[in-house]
Parts: sequence; structure tokens; C-alpha cells
Amino acid sequence: MLLSEVGYARPAAVEEAVRLLAEHDGARPLAGGQTILNVMKARAAAPDVLVDLADLEELRAIASTDDGGLVIGAMVTSAELVTSSDVKAARPVLGDVAAQIADVQVRNRGTIGGNVCSNDPTNHLPPVLVAVGATMTIAGADGERDVPAEEFFLGVYMTAVGLGELLTRITLPPLAGARDGFSSVTIGADGTCIVNAAATVSGDEARVVLGCVAATPVLLTAPAEDDAVREAVHGAGLEPPSDVHGSADYRRHLAEVVAARAVAEAGGGG
Amino acid sequence: MEPVTSKRVAVTVNGALHERDVEARRLLVHFLRDELDLTGTHVGCDTGNCGACTVIVDAKAVKSCMLLAVQVDGATIETIESLASDGGLHPLQQAFSDHHALQCGYCTPGMLMSAKHLLDHNAEPTENEIRRAIQGNICRCTGYVNIVEAIAAAAKGEVSA
Ligand SMILES: Cc1cc2nc3c(=O)[nH]c(=O)nc-3n(C[C@H](O)[C@H](O)[C@H](O)COP(=O)(O)OP(=O)(O)OC[C@H]3O[C@@H](n4cnc5c(N)ncnc54)[C@H](O)[C@@H]3O)c2cc1C
Ligand code: FES
Ligand code: FES
Repeated sequence: MLLSEVGYARPAAVEEAVRLLAEHDGARPLAGGQTILNVMKARAAAPDVLVDLADLEELRAIASTDDGGLVIGAMVTSAELVTSSDVKAARPVLGDVAAQIADVQVRNRGTIGGNVCSNDPTNHLPPVLVAVGATMTIAGADGERDVPAEEFFLGVYMTAVGLGELLTRITLPPLAGARDGFSSVTIGADGTCIVNAAATVSGDEARVVLGCVAATPVLLTAPAEDDAVREAVHGAGLEPPSDVHGSADYRRHLAEVVAARAVAEAGGGG
Repeated sequence: MEPVTSKRVAVTVNGALHERDVEARRLLVHFLRDELDLTGTHVGCDTGNCGACTVIVDAKAVKSCMLLAVQVDGATIETIESLASDGGLHPLQQAFSDHHALQCGYCTPGMLMSAKHLLDHNAEPTENEIRRAIQGNICRCTGYVNIVEAIAAAAKGEVSA
């Protein structure tokens, strides 16, 4: 497909990227391109300028923090999350879930930053990052600000990252005795999620986050027991979409099932 | 640095260095097919779903309809044309022939590049690893069984001369 004409810049520093994004109306960051190029092909959006983040080295790093948490640059790919020993040691759920995204080729290009900034409601990573209580760091003309993951997702394809801004990194707190789990029902093995759930269990309490049932991830807390989790999901008044892959009723049912499975995987009692 | 709508790009494709002025909007697959005349890389879906356009960029399998040519400036690229040599078919190609792993052949270049990427990183894949490695490659003809057998045979070096 021939795309509409577009400008391209490949800055070498975050400040330069922010300047380019601020100076050009209709400038958009380009990460792995696995969503934005399809959006451009479909003429659903027509950015004037793509600001390629590929050369921003500080966005490519994974580092463990002194307290046992993780700092992940926005340009880290899904494939890198899968193989990272730091991820495996600190919050293994992230690598386990990244391994379920699409296929080898998409994982080799698609980034964690692009996955959350596109906030497709069926994406795998937004619920995980809300469940673990991640912090998103956003750079803009006035410097950096931190946004908790649970306030980051604002709507379909809409996040706290404003025009002229850039998500630079995501900080995950240490497990500190907690355990994480994830469960989904997908279209084919490792396909698009019909409903997914991430859970983090600390002591007797579960943080459960549901994906695909609303425009943004839905956060619930419940005692970490099968019945209590199902009841919390049941009582949440979910209004999930109906489509060819599942009716709203079916998704409501699946939401209870995958929530309970995610909590069980995180060691919550049955 | 200001944004440009066209840019000089230098890429090494199948061992040869190419320098071209490329429009920023040009997809890598069209750059390979239309500018370098490497038409073995196919366009199936143009949405990142089918894998017919798979090539290897800096040792990683990618879908070339999901990249701009300007993004790969400086990269080393392998396409399907790099597999066969004067000596004959690549073992993967021979194994595909031995095992009837292609019918119409449309998916085959992408399938072979995904298989090559797998064997480059994992010399002794299990059947499950083979299946996962070609998950992003759709074949509408074969039913995949013969493709999986062919890749397993190539990994073991069990190909006809
Ligand atoms: C065939 C196919 C199947 C897929 N299946 C799944 C799936 O099952 N589950 C899943 O989770 N994902 C899936 N994906 C999505 C993929 O995993 C990527 O996460 C997604 O495409 C976005 O990542 P990207 O790096 O390619 O971002 P891009 O496409 O480059 O960017 C996406 C959007 O985010 C913005 N953006 C990117 N990075 C930043 C940043 N650092 N700061 C601010 N804005 C930014 C861009 O401007 C753009 O608007 C699939 C993709 C394809 C092509
Ligand atoms: S043509 Fe690129 S994935 Fe189908
Ligand atoms: S051989 Fe026809 S699509 Fe695979």
C-alpha cells in the first residue's frame, strides 16, 4: 500500500524528539510501527511527521532497581521482554505475557511503549501493568512527569501522553512477596484476546485487572479466593462490547473465568 | 534536524550494499520488490497478519510490509533470494521440496525466512517450537503438517542430495 506523504525524523536525544513532536502539528512518535503503519494504511489517521524513536538509546534499556523492581525503556520490544533475565528475576509475568503476543515477527518489532500508547483494548500489556502497579514516565517540553498505570489509560487509543509528549520508561515495583498471574481466552493460540485478566496477589488480597471488556483496563480488588473474585467481577456491572468473536454476555462470563484463573495462577486460594 | 519526506538510505541486502533515495512513506517490501527487483518477497495481506513478506533484518525476522524503508537505514537484510546458491537449493528449500511443503507457493518465501530465522537461533527445535516459529505465517494450501515436517528434517540435516 502506498501511504500518504509523510515527514520522517530520527532524533538522537529525547529533548530533540520532544521538540520535533511539539513543533509539528500532527507529528506522532514511531516505535515498532506494528500499529501506526496499519492505521496509516487504512487512512484512519494521517500523521504529518513520524518521529522515529529508534535511536533513543535510553529508551532501549531494561534495568533492575536497587529494591528489586524494574525500569523498562519504552522502546524495549516484546521479544526482548521474553528473553530478559532481569524481567525473569523481578516480574516474570511480563515476559510470560509478552511471549503470547501475536507472533515472532510482531514481537521482534512491537514495543512495550507502543503497546500501551496504542491502548487497543485487546492488547496484552495494559492490564498487566495496571495490576503490578507500574509507573509511567512521560517526557514533555517541561521535563518529566510520572503517572500511575491505573490513571494512564484514558480511552481507546487515548492515554495520558499528550501531544508533544513521549512515554520514556515504565517502572515496575518489586514483587516484595506478591505474586502475579495472567489468563486469557484468545482467537486461536496466542491470538488476539477476547477477554484477558492480570492479577497481583499480596497476602489475602488480589488486584485483578480485566482487558477487552471496556475502553480501558478495569481494576477491581477482592479477597484472593475463587468465589470472591468471581463475585467482584459479577458485581462490577461490566458492559463489554459484542462482536463476531463473542457476545457481551459471553465476555461477561469469560471475565469471571479468566479473573479467577489469573488469581489462581498468582497463588490465590480456590 | 528537520523532518524529511525523502532520504538517502544505505542497506546491505543479501550481501550487496545498496544506496538509494527513498520516500519516507515507502514500505520496505515495496523498496525490496520495486527498487531492488527482489520480487521473491511477497505481499499477501499488507496488514501484518499473513507473514508472506517476512524478511530477516539484523538477524531478526520481521514483516516487511510493517516497516518503512527509511527505518532500516544501515541495516543488514536477508531475503528469500539469499537462500539458494550456485551449489543448489538451501537445505530448507530442499526439505520443503522433499516433504511437499508447498502447493501454490505464495506463502513459501515468508515461511522459509521464518524457518531460517528459527534455525539460526535454535538448531534443534522441538515440534512445538517449529509451530510457534511459523505462527505469523499463514498458508492457505498445505495445512502446515508438511511444512513442520520439512523444517524438522532440515534441522536434522535429513534432506535429499
Ligand atoms: C498482526 C498483529 C497482531 C497483533 N496482536 C497483538 C496481540 O495479540 N496482543 C497485543 O498486545 N498486541 C498485538 N499487536 C500489537 C503489537 O504487539 C504492538 O504492541 C503494537 O503494534 C504497538 O507497538 P509498536 O511499537 O509497533 O508501536 P507503533 O505502531 O510504532 O505506535 C503505536 C502508537 O503509539 C504511539 N507511541 C509509540 N511509542 C510511543 C512512546 N514511547 N511515547 C508516546 N507514544 C508512543 C505511536 O505514536 C502510535 O500512535 C499486534 C500487532 C500486529 C501487527
Ligand atoms: S503482507 Fe506483510 S504480513 Fe501479510
Ligand atoms: S502453499 Fe499456498 S499458501 Fe502456502
